[in-house]
Amino acid sequence: MSTVTDAIPAVDRVAARRGARPRLTRDGLSTLAFLLPLLAVFGLFAWFPILRAVVMSVQETNLVSEPSWVGLDNFAHVLADPQFGIAVANTLWFTFLALIFGFPVPILLAVLMSEVRRGRGWYSALAYLPVVIPPVVSVLLWRFFYDASARGVFNTILGWLGLGPFPWLQAAGTAMPSIVIEATWANAGATVIIYLAALVSVPPELYDAADVDGASIWQKIRSITLPHLRSVIALTLILQLIATAQLFTEPLLFTGGGPNNATLTVLLLIYRYAFTNSLGGDYGMAAALSLMLAAFLALFTAGYYRLTRSWSTSS
Amino acid sequence: MTALTRPRARRPRSDSSSADRGIISSTEWRQRRIRWPVRLLHAATLVFLLIVGLGPLLWMVKSSVTPTQDTLRYPMALWPNGIDLGQLATAWSRTHIDRYLWNTVVIAFGSWVCQLVVATTGGYALSVLRPRGSGLLMGLVIATLFVPPIVLLVPLYLTIVDVPLVHARLIDNYWAIWLPAAASAVNVVLVKRFFDNLPREIFEAAKVDGAGPFRLFRSIVLPMSRPIIGVVSVFAVIATWKDYLWPLLVIRNPNLQPLSVRLPTLQPTTDLGVFIAALTISSLIPIALFLVFQRLFLSGQGLSGAIKG
Repeated sequence: MSTVTDAIPAVDRVAARRGARPRLTRDGLSTLAFLLPLLAVFGLFAWFPILRAVVMSVQETNLVSEPSWVGLDNFAHVLADPQFGIAVANTLWFTFLALIFGFPVPILLAVLMSEVRRGRGWYSALAYLPVVIPPVVSVLLWRFFYDASARGVFNTILGWLGLGPFPWLQAAGTAMPSIVIEATWANAGATVIIYLAALVSVPPELYDAADVDGASIWQKIRSITLPHLRSVIALTLILQLIATAQLFTEPLLFTGGGPNNATLTVLLLIYRYAFTNSLGGDYGMAAALSLMLAAFLALFTAGYYRLTRSWSTSS
Repeated sequence: MTALTRPRARRPRSDSSSADRGIISSTEWRQRRIRWPVRLLHAATLVFLLIVGLGPLLWMVKSSVTPTQDTLRYPMALWPNGIDLGQLATAWSRTHIDRYLWNTVVIAFGSWVCQLVVATTGGYALSVLRPRGSGLLMGLVIATLFVPPIVLLVPLYLTIVDVPLVHARLIDNYWAIWLPAAASAVNVVLVKRFFDNLPREIFEAAKVDGAGPFRLFRSIVLPMSRPIIGVVSVFAVIATWKDYLWPLLVIRNPNLQPLSVRLPTLQPTTDLGVFIAALTISSLIPIALFLVFQRLFLSGQGLSGAIKG
């Protein structure tokens, strides 16, 4: 008797697995109907353009004349373009500044906020608020703040302290740091929330044990809190690198790449090749540069997925 | 807010002192030497967040009702010459913010519908129906996650200019925004993972009762997946609202453009006060969405969407 009842769930499980597969053509057709939107949309607007990017990078194509095969010429042209070196250097400079400004602040904020006992929701809501503002609105608003005259918003505030006026966006030296400050303001809230979620998941037993051993608050932060954040910090670092490499809206709307190409980024250069060329877009060069950037970013993306995998299995 | 205190399940079994503790223990909290500096730090954090997080937005709201000359001359003063609500009205009607806002709403709504249709039907097929080769198909969907969006920029634009197979030109057509937005691997992955965790017994029971795949989808799977549909919906609307580069490229007719694309071109020809009023109007709906769905945003679910940049 017992063997029979034991066997039923096992049979059920097999049936469940098998039964999920379509048996007949009628089911096959309805499965296809459900897959159709996904296949159509991904086929036309994801898989096909990805392949096309690769093909285009070895073609000369401008929508007017027939595309012709040019081998690696597009890559050579891009590498020989003096703007390319400027754009790469500017993007690296931006990434570096973004790490200096945008990396320690969210960690510090999250550690402070995680200790708030009442009304933590208010803190997180305030920190996250700038993230939901559309980037175009933020940039246009901050253009007023960065007004270079003594009557600009920031220059007025700094004037109270006897500083400035600063040229902000109008000088080559300060334009990029100005963009970084705005970008940090606009994005730091999302990072704070990620850190906060990680901080709350630190097992309280660890702190209890440290208390028993007589550890000070600073020792607890150094030996429990920060090590626990390590994997999340690595993750957000990679995400930040991937995002900063694709900086576009801010330099386009703040400075258009100026003054004197001081804020020309790689993405802005791709945009220039393809869409602001008076002779018709040079899509081949744009595709070649896109692929080079993508290959570079793929390293970080692969790192991201390895980390998330080890992260989700270990915790 | 409650979502942030989620991992309470890890509460230790015996110790009574640590129901919801952090770095500072309750014995430490009882010492003045520690309590006051910590309280001071928290107050400083709050002030910092108020100034930095809310300050620029308050300035925007204030300047949208301050006469232009006042904003130019005394940017930090509070209403030296009174309040001018007329600027909001001018921005709304004369600058045609009403039309661009409506365009943005239509674009966001359409891209929300498209994203939901593709993600739920696709997720259902890949998770529940599971035809042969669905593993490979899922792999192909996930593979697009590894491709940064910039790679798609130029070829996708050319695809919109002349859509293969149907040979349609989608420039100045909202489908040019809706359809590519629907090709979101993040959505498919999120929805499929959710469907994977639904109890299979219910599906089997429904099949025994004679429900076909369509019936199963409509009457059982969809009603059970409200939480994930909520997550996908909110992030779909916010992402579309924030988008700038793509609508700039594919919507050329100014009368059809969304707010984000119109605002930069309006600035040179618009009175400063009116322009800031337009900025304020543009931010209202995202802020309202955030306040209503705060828990979705603050529980860290956006992390999975962050990779899409």
